Amino acid sequence: MPTVLILGASSDMAVAIAKKFASEGFDIQLAARNSSRLQPLQSDLSIRYNITATLHEFDAEKEESHEVFFSSLQPGPDITICVFGYLGEQKKAESDWKECSRIIQVNYTGAVSILNIVANSYVDAGKGIIAGISSVAGERGRQSNYVYGSAKAGFTAYLSGLRNRLFHHKVHVLSVQPGFVYTRMTEGMPLPKPLTAKPEEVATVVYKAILKKKNVVYVKWFWRWIMLIIKSIPEFMFKKLKL
Amino acid sequence: MKKDIANWGNYPVMESDEQNFIMLDDMARYVRNTETFIPRGNGRCYGDASLAGNTVCTVKFDKILSFDAATGVFECQSGITLDQVLEVVVPKGWFLPVTPGTKFITIGGAIASDVHGKNHHIDGCFSHHVEEMDILLADGNIITCGPGLHTDLFEATCGGMGLTGVITRVRFRLKKIETSYIRQKQVKAANLEEVIRLFEKYKDYTYSVAWIDCLKKGKGFGRSILILGEHANLSDLDAKQQSAPLQLPKKKQITFPFNLPSWVLNRFTVKAFNFLYYGKNFKKEINNTVSYEPFFYPLDAILHWNRGYGRKGFIQYQFVVPMEAKQGLIEILQRISDKGLGSFLAVLKIFGSQDSLIGFPMEGYTLALDIPVRKGLFEILDELDRIVLQYGGRLYMSKDARMRPEVLKAGYQHLPQFLSIVKKYDPHGKIRSMQSDRLGLTSQVDTPVYTHANTTY
Repeated sequence: MPTVLILGASSDMAVAIAKKFASEGFDIQLAARNSSRLQPLQSDLSIRYNITATLHEFDAEKEESHEVFFSSLQPGPDITICVFGYLGEQKKAESDWKECSRIIQVNYTGAVSILNIVANSYVDAGKGIIAGISSVAGERGRQSNYVYGSAKAGFTAYLSGLRNRLFHHKVHVLSVQPGFVYTRMTEGMPLPKPLTAKPEEVATVVYKAILKKKNVVYVKWFWRWIMLIIKSIPEFMFKKLKL
Repeated sequence: MKKDIANWGNYPVMESDEQNFIMLDDMARYVRNTETFIPRGNGRCYGDASLAGNTVCTVKFDKILSFDAATGVFECQSGITLDQVLEVVVPKGWFLPVTPGTKFITIGGAIASDVHGKNHHIDGCFSHHVEEMDILLADGNIITCGPGLHTDLFEATCGGMGLTGVITRVRFRLKKIETSYIRQKQVKAANLEEVIRLFEKYKDYTYSVAWIDCLKKGKGFGRSILILGEHANLSDLDAKQQSAPLQLPKKKQITFPFNLPSWVLNRFTVKAFNFLYYGKNFKKEINNTVSYEPFFYPLDAILHWNRGYGRKGFIQYQFVVPMEAKQGLIEILQRISDKGLGSFLAVLKIFGSQDSLIGFPMEGYTLALDIPVRKGLFEILDELDRIVLQYGGRLYMSKDARMRPEVLKAGYQHLPQFLSIVKKYDPHGKIRSMQSDRLGLTSQVDTPVYTHANTTY
């Protein structure tokens, strides 16, 4: 059975994605910082779904380690899903460069670093699938989270370019654009219920989109239309809004 | 996140900051730094246990840690529900050693309430099958306990309603099965005397329970259907079943879509239901082989069936009286029938002997019935409590939302010991629920925010 690599496997969304793929019979490689914390998840996936699950130490912020990390994976994964992200605190990031640069590094630089390596390996093999979890926050900068949003905007553009390049090498790239999701990252935020997805919904969307080789998917389909409206507001009006 | 929570009886409702954890270290940090909280599983106890201003919810703490299909030893985090365990172990030829009437409870909850099943007279409570478990104490430390290892903590945790700490990891023994089917026998009993005779006659059956009509008076007083079962062997199955003897039952579920208005359930509709339910078994005795699902979990097929009791919720009243107190059982049944308290689900069972620190079962008769919350109900139940105590019985904390502290004290002889163990492991009384405060097991240090709980009926 094919193997799926999950980058940033400790988040709620990643756990849901791992469960979904394992339940469909895929072997799972769980990559995260302090990967030993994921031992319960590893045993759970193996026992429930009779698959092989393995743990791998991976830190998105340590780009210098990415090459060794990826080449050490046995077997090389058929599908790579990049789930990690860091929301951070917008207010803090406005004056604290450490926070600001961490948001940029995790969501953009780190993701680009590891996916470059994965992409080149897939090009050499002439096959493979890459999925990146970006965010609708990247579609237009808003005052409430534009540092995170701009990093995700960069990531979205990267995925789009990567898709274009890899298409010619029979490698597929999927961009996933979730809106609000109930996770620990968003815990305590007053999210509007009809607009907010559960991690399991994201997992199902990602799974189906990979099978069908979709290019860009939104989680909760109407987010595509919401973002279309938000993007079409003229800038002279948009700048006056409190979003 | 703050939200209104309630247990299965939908009474009472309380605003709570419910915290979910996937990682043990995150949970331990929260527990250490939080002034007061109660552990909470899937919220399938009935009353006000596991309700508090801060709850440590375990439903996402649900990982399977090991499962030896050769020996049937299963190890998991506490938040996994019984249905998830069954999905993994049944196809490998194993079953839960003890299961209550719903599979939507967590393993942690099964221990905190020390649940019993239709096989109590043979296999005891759930905790009898636990080899060891980890408890996250109020100070953030974790202690492993079991029979023979920190025994005091183990005994106070089994049936202790979460007051010793958060159960985080459990290792227990499963029961070997040859097939996923149950050989079922249903016997009609014309009255209470007969059903008690039948219980005696069929006492060697692993599973036994009786549905009882609480409203019938006169000659048919206590008429019942005794339901007996054994795990079916391969030879009990027909050819089609034999081709996949350990098959999981198909998932068929419907959802109760809204709260029924409370007037729907009344003496007349319940009487009509009981008439039909008793009458549907045309023959005196029915023998058949059924999947484990309808045998153990008939009500799980209807999600949110508790909505049938209306928005005000319901009380499940469950007591046990000793074997020699049959007269007490009769008196209580008479009182229930006189007051028209009968419910769709009145269940009679005989417990085997058990001596535990704080667990509910003792050798004797146990009766459980659901009653919608309404004006005057609590006064009637207070009267029933007096009869239960008079005959040396007690009530089940997992079902309780209203008993008085004296009733608990009189029913549970080892309560002082239990409380001293709780104090030893939680000296500052951090772990508290609405129930433990109400029953005087913990002292209320703040004013909890009740939404409906202050309503007096």
